[in-house]
Amino acid sequence: MVAFDEMTGSGAELRSAYSALDRWLKDTPAETLALRRSQAELFFRRIGITFAVYGDAESTERLIPFDIIPRVLTKPEWIKLEAGLRQRVTALNMFLADVYGPKECLKAGIIPPDLVYRNACYQLEMVDFKVPHGIYCHIAGIDVVRVDADTFYVLEDNARTPSGVSYMMENREVMLRLFPELFATHRIAPVDNYPDQLLATLRSVAPRSAPSDPTICLLTPGQYNSAFYEHSFLADKLGVELVEGSDLLVKDDVVYMRTTQGPKRVDVIYRRIDDDFLDPLVFRGDSVLGVPGIVGAYKAGNVTLANAIGTGVSDDKAVYSYMPEIVKFFTGEEPILKNVPTWRCREPEANAYVLDNLENLVVKEVNGSGGYGMLVGPHANKAQIESFRHKLKAQPDGFIAQPTLALSTCPTFVASGVAPRHVDLRPYVLSGANGISCVPGGLTRVALKEGSLVVNSSQGGGTKDTWVLDA
Amino acid sequence: MRIRIAHAISYDYAEPARHITQVLRLTPRDHDGQHVMSWRIEPSIDGRLRASRDAHGNIVHSFYADGPISSLAIRIEGVIETIDLAGVVRGGLEQVPCEVYRRDTLLTGRDDALCRFAADAAAGAGTPLSQMHALMAAVGEHMTCVEASGRSGIGATAAFAAGEAIAQDIAHVFMAGARHLGMPARYVSGYVAAAGGLPHGDGAHAWAEVHLDDYGWIGFDCANGLCPIDTHVRVAVGLDYADAAPVRGSRQGGEGETLNVLVRAVAAEGRFANQ
Repeated sequence: MVAFDEMTGSGAELRSAYSALDRWLKDTPAETLALRRSQAELFFRRIGITFAVYGDAESTERLIPFDIIPRVLTKPEWIKLEAGLRQRVTALNMFLADVYGPKECLKAGIIPPDLVYRNACYQLEMVDFKVPHGIYCHIAGIDVVRVDADTFYVLEDNARTPSGVSYMMENREVMLRLFPELFATHRIAPVDNYPDQLLATLRSVAPRSAPSDPTICLLTPGQYNSAFYEHSFLADKLGVELVEGSDLLVKDDVVYMRTTQGPKRVDVIYRRIDDDFLDPLVFRGDSVLGVPGIVGAYKAGNVTLANAIGTGVSDDKAVYSYMPEIVKFFTGEEPILKNVPTWRCREPEANAYVLDNLENLVVKEVNGSGGYGMLVGPHANKAQIESFRHKLKAQPDGFIAQPTLALSTCPTFVASGVAPRHVDLRPYVLSGANGISCVPGGLTRVALKEGSLVVNSSQGGGTKDTWVLDA
Repeated sequence: MRIRIAHAISYDYAEPARHITQVLRLTPRDHDGQHVMSWRIEPSIDGRLRASRDAHGNIVHSFYADGPISSLAIRIEGVIETIDLAGVVRGGLEQVPCEVYRRDTLLTGRDDALCRFAADAAAGAGTPLSQMHALMAAVGEHMTCVEASGRSGIGATAAFAAGEAIAQDIAHVFMAGARHLGMPARYVSGYVAAAGGLPHGDGAHAWAEVHLDDYGWIGFDCANGLCPIDTHVRVAVGLDYADAAPVRGSRQGGEGETLNVLVRAVAAEGRFANQ
């Protein structure tokens, strides 16, 4: 399978966006590049930008490999992509408002009701509750992949607590320090206004009763969470307090933060704790990460949670397969971004096809994420395929399948020099009371193993800086 | 039947608590089978008690109190008039589509053994209603109901394997089986009056309800081996115990908690009978 290459297209031509970069790669002595690569790693170590891999006994924290060759998008490409992202996130928010409100899309038969009602992410607490300013998904990370010059597919909508934005920012920071000459020869759209946009978004959704300068905090599960670095990074950039559950206190449906000056009322919480652990009085009673009473405060309208509770019902992989219809139903427009063709294993015919073609397909657990619980048919051995065959027969509802996509490749430094490696892209889309914003680019993840299509950092993926050329 | 309920939940703390938050699902609602004649919830200490309604339509009281609190008692008293409708629940507040109650939860997950058990139990029965009766009989036979004092629930799978459980887990076993057979099933927490001579009466109790297309919701009390009659008072429903628990609480400080629960549910006599 020959994949589209971001630099050379489908053949030997050099795509215009990469011409200066190509010249630079050729002109720069190999030793200089090697030196810069080791400097880049040193930077990341010094910053301490690490993440934890669950189930890895060797080290609790690791560096995500960073590749110094950027991934470049032209302005026209980005404009189209951004329009598609805005449309998609608009539809996600409208879908959420609908399934927790009038349920028109269920009545209209756009999506089978049981996919919503039987979904553990459909939070009953949210039914008929009006979220502040009508926004559910304030921060979305929409994973897109490219298959040819014009076609981007949405691979996954991350509408819960998407992570990785700190890498987008740090990657740019490191590139600016190491290769100032590249920034002199390219006009690259900045990404460092992301924290400003995020802060503006969070402020805009404060409860109407909040003061004009609302108090915001970032709620983390704590230092053992794989994304703790990012939580502290963002709190720092936003200029807001980083708090754990035990730092917050709810009294009479009002959330307070413990400070050295006594309790301080909190208006907006950017929470990076999953729904299930958010409030031991409502969700899992054994959660020590959450804040007892926070859901009561939320429902009393005294605090805004970003993202809202229950957004997971929209990014479920089974619901994903209905996104084109959902986009059309809510926006009245044709979807700008395509969905990857998806077989819903819950449908007997589709499941029969999937079972017959397991070695060619990617099978995903409906509720899995982070590349866990996934079968990549062409790269799997017989035992793995048989184990999935068994699972699919036992519980077809739990899975979807997709064709193995030829994800685009991007030149990447590997042991043997520069070679094409598969990449995806996660742009971050912010929705506030004043509209949608999206910094140009996002996080490019790269599968460092030759031929591998799994870009997740938990599965050995790396990252790259992502450039959107202004001209 | 007119049932008088007196329920006291008291906590003592070796070290005083600085702050207590509790979510109480202790207030029944009217429906065709029961009418709440009087009901009162009274915490023994000052605090704020706010009433609201949860997703399932249960009446919920959030209670917040500031310390130091060395003991807290919540007293519930009320009189309920019930009618025997053979377990059929109608005329209540239903705000959740019944499809929701086909979900599996942490406490109602099922393993192969439980699935086989449910399928075998229902195999000979014709209509969904008789399947559920067969399942109730099978669960009642397989499970021994033990007193709740000092025990907490362990969930359907573990309870089924043990063959002996408190009433709430017997309800979970039944629900897991019913959901496996494709029926929406929910958890009910409530009271059973001592009047009927039932093996597990006189006090707080838990059972399950199944939604059948022809009847709506019908209760199944496996521990007592019958569909709820006029001895049963429904208080709260949910996807499982955690969803409908009478009290969920958290506190700061208050180490060394001891809990005492006293429940009496009896057929009213004297002035209550005529009230």
